[in-house]
Amino acid sequence: MNESEPLSVLTRLSAAAGVAGFEEQAVEIAAEYFQRYGCAVKRDRFGNLLAFKAGTAIRGHKVSLALVAHIDEIGAMVTKIEEGGFLRLTAIGGLDARTLPGQAVLVHGRKALKGVIGAKPPHLLTDQERKKAVPIDQLFIDVGLDYNSLKKAVSVGDIISFDQNPLLFCNRKYVSGKALDNRAGVAALIFCASELAELKHEANIFFVAPLQEEVGLRGATTAAFGLNPDLAVAVDVTHGDGPGLENNFIYKLGAGPALAKGPNFDQDIFNNLELLAIDNYLPYQVEPIPGYSGTDAWAFQVSREGIPTGLLSVPLRYMHSTVELISMDDLVVCGKLLSLFARSVNIQMTRGSR
Amino acid sequence: MKIKETLAELSNLRAVSGAETEVSSYLLDRLEAGRFQLRVDSIGNLLVRKGSKKGKRVMLSAHMDEVGLMIMDFEKSGLLRFRAIGGIDNRVLVAKRLRVGFHDLPGIIGSKPIHLQKKGEQDKPFNDNALYIDCGFKNREEASNYLKVGEYATFDVKCAAISKNALRGKAFDDRAGCLVLLYLLLEKNGLSFDAAFTVQEEVGTRGAQIAAYTMEPDRALVVETTAAADTPETEQELSSTILGQGPAISLMDSTIMVDRQLRTELAMAAEKAGISYQYRRFTGAGTDGGAIAYSRSGVKTAVLSVPCRYLHSPHSVLYESDLKSTVDLVRSWLEEQQ
Amino acid sequence: MLLDKVLKTLTELYGPPGEEEAVREKIAELIGKRADSAYTDQLGNLFVLFKGNAPKIMVSAHMDEIGVIVTNIDEKGFLRFAPLGGLAPYTLIGQRLKFRSGLKGLVYHEKIKDLKELNWTRLYIDIGLKSKPEAEKTVSIGDLACLDQPFVDLPGGRYLAKAMDNRAGCAVLVETINSLKGPLPQEVCFVFTIQEELGLRGAKTAAFGYEPDYGLAVDVTLVGDTPKSATMAVSLGMGPAIKVKDSSVVTHPLVRRFMVDRADNLKIAYQLEVLERGGTDAGAIHLSRAGVPSGALSIPCRYVHTPSEMVDSADLQNAVSLLCGILSAPWPAVMGRQL
Repeated sequence: MNESEPLSVLTRLSAAAGVAGFEEQAVEIAAEYFQRYGCAVKRDRFGNLLAFKAGTAIRGHKVSLALVAHIDEIGAMVTKIEEGGFLRLTAIGGLDARTLPGQAVLVHGRKALKGVIGAKPPHLLTDQERKKAVPIDQLFIDVGLDYNSLKKAVSVGDIISFDQNPLLFCNRKYVSGKALDNRAGVAALIFCASELAELKHEANIFFVAPLQEEVGLRGATTAAFGLNPDLAVAVDVTHGDGPGLENNFIYKLGAGPALAKGPNFDQDIFNNLELLAIDNYLPYQVEPIPGYSGTDAWAFQVSREGIPTGLLSVPLRYMHSTVELISMDDLVVCGKLLSLFARSVNIQMTRGSR
Repeated sequence: MKIKETLAELSNLRAVSGAETEVSSYLLDRLEAGRFQLRVDSIGNLLVRKGSKKGKRVMLSAHMDEVGLMIMDFEKSGLLRFRAIGGIDNRVLVAKRLRVGFHDLPGIIGSKPIHLQKKGEQDKPFNDNALYIDCGFKNREEASNYLKVGEYATFDVKCAAISKNALRGKAFDDRAGCLVLLYLLLEKNGLSFDAAFTVQEEVGTRGAQIAAYTMEPDRALVVETTAAADTPETEQELSSTILGQGPAISLMDSTIMVDRQLRTELAMAAEKAGISYQYRRFTGAGTDGGAIAYSRSGVKTAVLSVPCRYLHSPHSVLYESDLKSTVDLVRSWLEEQQ
Repeated sequence: MLLDKVLKTLTELYGPPGEEEAVREKIAELIGKRADSAYTDQLGNLFVLFKGNAPKIMVSAHMDEIGVIVTNIDEKGFLRFAPLGGLAPYTLIGQRLKFRSGLKGLVYHEKIKDLKELNWTRLYIDIGLKSKPEAEKTVSIGDLACLDQPFVDLPGGRYLAKAMDNRAGCAVLVETINSLKGPLPQEVCFVFTIQEELGLRGAKTAAFGYEPDYGLAVDVTLVGDTPKSATMAVSLGMGPAIKVKDSSVVTHPLVRRFMVDRADNLKIAYQLEVLERGGTDAGAIHLSRAGVPSGALSIPCRYVHTPSEMVDSADLQNAVSLLCGILSAPWPAVMGRQL
């Protein structure tokens, strides 16, 4: 990959519409990249994207590694078409309703329609109203059509995605956009694939972009069962630094990807990732997680007879909003660390020898 | 096997969810000499097969992990920030002693002295962010010389008898269950069964999901401890179980509707062997039962528990007689399964 | 039997989660020898199989209803209990319950100042006996109970009963089984599942065991056509609903389209359903093993999870017609999302 490519990969992925359950646009773009870097791509029964790159071991059981980054984003769905020509919505995934008023959206009816999430103008708000957040069931979407035209163009159940293109900050490192959770993770997988394209590695590598993580790790559950890899490393995002978060555990932008440690993760995989980072002078942070990690790693770990799993996360500010913010440096390091790990995986690491 | 001594040994081991090797090693040491099929799987479950009987297999299950704390971060001052692993009411944490990290360092969870508290402060519990672990480090740098983030802390408690029949100690949940399984494995009783010592029950019954998938039992019995709130300030109907009244047969919990047939079999086995038993009247809280019962195409599963006061706190209390009766009831039930 | 008779019979049966035997036995009786085989698994799911070629379609309806479990019997013979399934405490105040033995009781509450104080520990069941020993002769800790309400045939073609969720779904499956003509283009297994109300449990294990290529759940869904109700675009009497999404599943878009095409083809009016809170068996089926493309056919229902749930007879009939139409059409071997 040349210098400008990582940003253009991330930009294309972020701008694509891929709400949980309806990820097609994002999947097509990701598939195109994996193919470019020498992987054979296919969709499994659930619809998860699988990109395969064969390893070099000739005889016997080849160790298989799954690198996993969910491709879906949070969004909304049309629940009702109101008489006045407005749409009611319900959240898909964890949306903070307070970030919605005034947001630009795309309603994916027969065609993608541009719209806005309406908000009562301040002139007309009472003091009482101003003090409370508007809950999602009181919000509505305006696409500028009357009721009859609307009914022809949109159905109950149509998907609503956020209409936002990513923004590069003047430091030329920070990128803000929608769906960086988890297009950043998918981008990291693509960067890894590009590094591995010209290199040999013993293990069979499966790049897995599961669907519907945001509604319950669903794609990962079925992907893990179907693939049954020997090892898995998931890539997701974690909470970046910011004001008001003194009581939370956060990870600085620019200080490298966070390596997760705790019951959800295999200690050997963590140790290997950490050693590779140290030996290769890559910045990294350690993220202790005492229980549920909220990522696809949780689903992979307990599939069938168990899969040793690790997790790398890109620090990200303002998670689950349309202005999610990451540092490209962290993302590039993440891709590098993944490729180093992928190349280090060998038959000694399989379950048989534990 | 001596019950009191073995419970004490098991209880004193340090094995928080995700780091259960002290317990699995202890068990392996005792099982290696016997003629068992032994396996430690990729997540750390210890899977044991006793007896070579073909046909339908019964699996006993108990979890090796205990609740504890994870070191999350070091303050500039050298104090450690932490989060609980598993469910701990943080009102039991304040003013307790801990053993911290892989190297077993002494530490405490301190609190603001009463002299310095404002009026009314004592009425509210300390919130999650007001508690710290103090190991005596003078700054962050010194702390990082001894510890890494992500290491665990356990309660600094030694198991002890407090009366002829009662014992106090940490992690009776579920070392008591592990003891029942170990006892019946080592005993020369001619019984054939599988035993799964599972990991990570306290963070979501994780090991049991894998163990059940691997072992594919026909029937299963989870051996746990359960809350006995037979203490002042709790109404009788909410006490769930009572110490001294024997093992408690579960009706259901948040993960499982206990198989009716197995429930009846347990009650009948108890009556036949003259063992007092009770029902676990609380229907909430989770166990490994559900992970096993609804694995693959379904397994008839029941849950049997030793009543225990003050679960998930530094000192739990149980009666040796209840523990012994639980061993006897499981043996009696297993005999019917052969 | 006519659909309304089937519905009356099934809704009045006792069948809380974990004790669905009576419902299972009645269903087996109602379908007689129509299928190639019928069998029950370890946990109590009933499989009714119409053998055939691939693909294999699993059509599921849960047999269990919301209920309660007895947790304590006090000195005066009053019972304490815990809920089974998603019920709100206030729905049971003053309601009659029945036990498997036929014993009946009434739910009431301790003295409270405000409805806000109401929770499960403040409720009890009165079975009319005077002491613990007397009570223990007729009921035990661990016994279950369900709501006790007769089926009512309302003028206007609507029915009122307890357990419409999901005896209505079971009735639709029974009627479908009894109406299907001739060999089907592919194998269909109707599965009457257990313990859906406690977390889609029967469907999870049934799907693992049967290994279907497709799943279809038939269950009730909420409506938005009552005074000042929560927003929902489904109404009673406007036809069966084809599910787009609920909390447990985003139905496979191609399965959904297949169902919509069949409905359009057969000129059966249908509604599209987005259920904001609530799940069905499809939630468990679609995540089985390596994934099973699944959909759901829903019966609009008012007052779900209360003692008197209401459905429309035309919706039920049309659900049967649509289900028959969906199963009689050839399903593609694979409904994958291709690249």
